[in-house]
Amino acid sequence: MTNLFILQLLNGAQLGVLLFLIAAGLTLVFGIMDVINLAHGVLYMIGAYLIATFAGLTGSFWLGLLLMFPAALAVGLVIERLVIRPLYARSHLDQVLATFGLVMIVNEGVKIIWGPSPLSVPMPDLLSGSIALIGPLQYPVYRLAIIAAGLAVAAGLYVVINHTRIGMLLRAGATNRDMVSVLGVNIRRLYSLVFALGAVLACFAGAIVAPILSVDTGMGESVLILTFVVVVIGGIGSIRGAFLGALLVAIVDTLGKTFGPILLRFVMEPAAAGQTGRMLAPMLIYILMAAILFARPQGLFGPKPS
Amino acid sequence: MIGTATPAPARLSARLWLALLIFACFAALPVIAAVTDDPFLLLIGTRILAYAIAAMALDLILGYGAMVSFGHAAYLGFGAYAVAILNSVGVTDLVLHIAFAVTISAVFAAITGAISLRTRGVYFIMITLAFGQMAYFFFVSLSAFGGDDGTPLPARSTLFGSQALEDDRTLFYVALGLLIALFTLATRIVGSRFGRVLIGTRENPVRMEAIGLAPFRYQLTAFVISGCMTSIAGVILANQAEFVSPAFMNWHRSGELIVMVVLGGVGNLTGAIGGAVVALLLEDWLAVLTEHWRLLFGVFLIVMVLYSPHGITGALDRIARGRR
Repeated sequence: MTNLFILQLLNGAQLGVLLFLIAAGLTLVFGIMDVINLAHGVLYMIGAYLIATFAGLTGSFWLGLLLMFPAALAVGLVIERLVIRPLYARSHLDQVLATFGLVMIVNEGVKIIWGPSPLSVPMPDLLSGSIALIGPLQYPVYRLAIIAAGLAVAAGLYVVINHTRIGMLLRAGATNRDMVSVLGVNIRRLYSLVFALGAVLACFAGAIVAPILSVDTGMGESVLILTFVVVVIGGIGSIRGAFLGALLVAIVDTLGKTFGPILLRFVMEPAAAGQTGRMLAPMLIYILMAAILFARPQGLFGPKPS
Repeated sequence: MIGTATPAPARLSARLWLALLIFACFAALPVIAAVTDDPFLLLIGTRILAYAIAAMALDLILGYGAMVSFGHAAYLGFGAYAVAILNSVGVTDLVLHIAFAVTISAVFAAITGAISLRTRGVYFIMITLAFGQMAYFFFVSLSAFGGDDGTPLPARSTLFGSQALEDDRTLFYVALGLLIALFTLATRIVGSRFGRVLIGTRENPVRMEAIGLAPFRYQLTAFVISGCMTSIAGVILANQAEFVSPAFMNWHRSGELIVMVVLGGVGNLTGAIGGAVVALLLEDWLAVLTEHWRLLFGVFLIVMVLYSPHGITGALDRIARGRR
């Protein structure tokens, strides 16, 4: 039981860092640019397709990952220029519609370019296999590497946001956008930067998860909603909130799916417990979200509503 | 946030005429179907009517209350599953199906609405979306009703003990009757004191509070009414398709409902109905044109948002006023 708990905790942490990579960009785009971007999930998908292509072309996961970055940056900049920029001054409703249209275009475009069948990305040799953790407990190296990569990015973001000039602008932008632009900062360039950064992070998440998932057109959708929950729980514009929110959501989701039915067995029959557990587990994170919002409508680290 | 001013009374009646014209066209559809001998026309028409009801219900809160609900497809699902669940216990009457759908929806809307309305703007959009997905995943894991795959209905609902709805034309006219009845109801709501408070809340919630009205109660009531109306559309959809599945409540469906409202023009109930007609016809037409119709529809959406922000009724207004 303890072993299962540790395994699921690690699985939760792995999902958590992935969610964090996606949510970090999304929360900055919301907080600084005040744009609701439904297309953030498809960026994650594009990252996975990009590495599938580049890894296939070069025959190496690492070269593919290296090539993915400039391509992701280009995708982010192009989307920002063509679709997002005209939406800055628009209502949230317009933003929802236009980015919803973008989701349809990209999903269908990916189907046209890469075909409807799922792709797979070979796992790099260096990180394949499992290692022993405690006693008989084995865990895949690659999943540990994902957790490490996510934590490294989180640490990097922490340094950039708290100790660099760009980070200062990002923090200032999330607090008071108009004041930043009044103080003579080129807000348009800051916006492009924020969006491109978010796009690269989401693509990176898609790329590193590609070897353990099948790469298909639906992969952005489920993640998008989870990321929304993360951003709402963490508070819009807060990277710290995104980090804690992502881990919280992922661990509650993972543990709930495994231990929900087991715990319910104490109060009802095994068959009924399994059934109820399976029905309740996917709802847990939404109940968590509702509870947090009930206490703090602005999320854990969001700015106080004025 | 949604900057459409309250339409002047004169134009409101023009909108009413437009609505009557749309209803008349619908009423003539079975005749056209009989002449052209196209049985699918009625089924497509019934589907459009159902979505028209849903879009109109969404417009009630989106247009008049500035509440952008991105989880409205959940209520379509409640309506559809109300039919399936009651059928499975042997209750087949349409009126009971609708009553059950409305009851579940009222409870769900009251709870989720009370939580969602504690927030605004982007938060509200994301939270309604999340609650919609919660309902979606609940029905996906409901294995008694086919889970992800859904379940076919053994028969359509009965109407006071008769099997009349098995006839596509009767079902179509029942759907049309419901649309007209709900349109009348919605028009009355919007014109009432309640509606004025709702519009006032949309324009400036702080002022409404200052004159002694608590916006929350009005917004929540509107949210619940809208959810209940949408679930009636779900009952019709389930009968039209004779099939229920969680696909009715996918978040794409919620997005499409918003598309219909905005396409037709926000904040006048006629627009939402027209938007549903145009959006669904456009989808069907593009789908015939190419299997990658979603790409074209997406491009259409972006172009529409960027260049014609007030939808079809907005464009009609501009023409009526002689500009452009």
